[in-house]
Amino acid sequence: MSAYIASNNRSGARYGFLSLPTLVMPATILLLAFSLVPSAVVILLSFTNYELGMPGLHFVGLGNYSDMVSDHIFWQSVRNTALYVAIVVPGSIFMALLVALLLERRRFMTRFYKVAYFLPVTATLVAMATVWEFILHPTFGLANHLLTSLGWEPVRFLADPNWAMVSLAIIGIWQSVGFNVILFLAGLGSIPREIDEAAALDGADGGLDRFLTVTWPLLGPTTLFVTLTTAVNSLRIFESVTVITQGGPDKSTGVILYSIYLEAFRYFRTGYASALTVAFLAVTVTLILLQMRVSDRKVHY
Amino acid sequence: MCTSVINKKGDTRLISEVENTAIAVNGLVKSFGAHRVLGKIDLKVRRGEFLTLVGPSGCGKSTLLRLIAGLETASEGDISIAGRNVTKAPPKQRDVAMVFQNYALYPHLTVAQNMSVPLRMRRLGRLQRLPLIGSLMPQASEKLASIKTEVEAAATSLAIEHLLARKPAQLSGGQRQRVALGRAIVRKPQVFLLDEPLSNLDAQLRVHMRSELVQLHRRLGVTLIYVTHDQAEAMTMSSRIAVMFAGQILQIGTPDAVYDNPDHLKVAQFISNPGLNTLPLALILGGPRGRQIDDSLGTIAASGSDLTVGFRPEACALAASAAVADLSGRVLLCERFGAEAFIHVLLHGAPAPVIVRVEPSQASVLLPEEVVHIQIDPSKIFVFGQDGTRVRNQRRAAA
Repeated sequence: MSAYIASNNRSGARYGFLSLPTLVMPATILLLAFSLVPSAVVILLSFTNYELGMPGLHFVGLGNYSDMVSDHIFWQSVRNTALYVAIVVPGSIFMALLVALLLERRRFMTRFYKVAYFLPVTATLVAMATVWEFILHPTFGLANHLLTSLGWEPVRFLADPNWAMVSLAIIGIWQSVGFNVILFLAGLGSIPREIDEAAALDGADGGLDRFLTVTWPLLGPTTLFVTLTTAVNSLRIFESVTVITQGGPDKSTGVILYSIYLEAFRYFRTGYASALTVAFLAVTVTLILLQMRVSDRKVHY
Repeated sequence: MCTSVINKKGDTRLISEVENTAIAVNGLVKSFGAHRVLGKIDLKVRRGEFLTLVGPSGCGKSTLLRLIAGLETASEGDISIAGRNVTKAPPKQRDVAMVFQNYALYPHLTVAQNMSVPLRMRRLGRLQRLPLIGSLMPQASEKLASIKTEVEAAATSLAIEHLLARKPAQLSGGQRQRVALGRAIVRKPQVFLLDEPLSNLDAQLRVHMRSELVQLHRRLGVTLIYVTHDQAEAMTMSSRIAVMFAGQILQIGTPDAVYDNPDHLKVAQFISNPGLNTLPLALILGGPRGRQIDDSLGTIAASGSDLTVGFRPEACALAASAAVADLSGRVLLCERFGAEAFIHVLLHGAPAPVIVRVEPSQASVLLPEEVVHIQIDPSKIFVFGQDGTRVRNQRRAAA
């Protein structure tokens, strides 16, 4: 350690203008300006009754937070978001893994399928929402057409409070599968060929045996990363709610980010919205820390 | 009566040959697209033999091994293992074990788990193999116990029993090598296939593992095919070596037979340390002892003018004077290895220097650019035709 510092001092002396603080400065400034200072401002605002456009503000302590805890709309948005995440994360990972495993074995048209699965990632949801509204339309939608032709009852996907969140989750899966397929394909590609071959010689040469012995364990790091990004992304569900359901019907699709948006930009209660944001931030950070800890313990062989 | 006896004898000979053949490869061809990497390989590997496939990189030796393992499919020809045609069989039905160059251990499994994979896959039923609930299936615990015992026995025989709980990342290169060997021997296969298993080890460990592999082979008495590009490994370990070039086996025989009696210029060059001296035949016949050499080569010299002679550094020596020498030239370089020394001599009119093996005491008195005379042992000269094939002495062969 001392040798490390000594060598730094030496190079610092030689290239005086390139001293340690100078080198760290650009990153520090960017981090402060765009991440840390805004976060600090939000945290400070969450302790005030500030409203956008109002001349003054008062310090209200934990008032916003106690409002939040007793706000049943907030808790409903937490439950809705949790339901969404609980469907999208496993659904998207399972679908993506399945597609990646099928694509990996294919020789022909692999590129076409990769692009096809990746398209929803690049398409803007605001535009694609129209298509989904058509598909999920209660009377002439493709989805209900399919259900009735299979002998099931039609579903009012976006109008039924029991179904609206699930419908958005299906859209969420459709949207995130492509990206996860690419990640899983990269993960599959990084499994050394010799290990697959060794498994084949050892008797685990196909199907479930190969998957359980080699593929799934060696995909561990990829799966963890996919889980983390999908979870954080689906926690931030906002676009589809805003464009398709506006939180309805009967607040059944009111999610956390939509509540924050309403408080901040519809009701202008900036202080309260800041408190919600801080709570949301805390959940996200906790999730990331948790996953990192798991990855340290389990993924690195 | 008489014919039936002959038939009987012929039959028994045939049967014993089949029984003695562990692997038979017939007319094997492998092409990748239009590129033919292996052309018409015929090979019989005897039961219990240590056969080495040796050749430069890209000669097809690894492809041949992978075809035998079932990791590649043959374009033409067939392969049988222990008398059973396995040309179309998947790897696990061939009863072969393979050690890969980079060991290919399962990184997420401990050494014990790595070694037990082949046994689990073979002995446990489909449900018993399932994670978590598998061990609760009927009879699973007895099978798992016997697997554990066998893994421990194999680990003990390789002196890695203290590593059983570790993961591959916590092992040194040599230890990983042993674990890979352990995973191969634990299930007692018909045939072992080793693909350059020592090339990732440092020089000292490689020499050590060489003798250990030979001992292991002797102890297990199993058929072993070993792929290497290292002629020292091939020479020191094998019962027989097969020298491969450009998808063909040029020669197959005991290490001594291949060394002393190479069939092809490339074989002689490859199995040679530090290298084979090659010269146009005319250059040697033009020397003071040309007549003598001409006599000993017999009919060869007459058979063509574009012949090349090859001789190893130990087949020549320094001569006292030009009168009794075959070649003369200037000293370019002296390489002393302690127990022996090699002098590189640049000849007039020869494309590359001739390497002469001498006693270190002889080398120490030589100066660069000094003129030296070289005498070649006529009995250790190989003559090769333009296509590289050996031209043999008809008269001597007849006698």
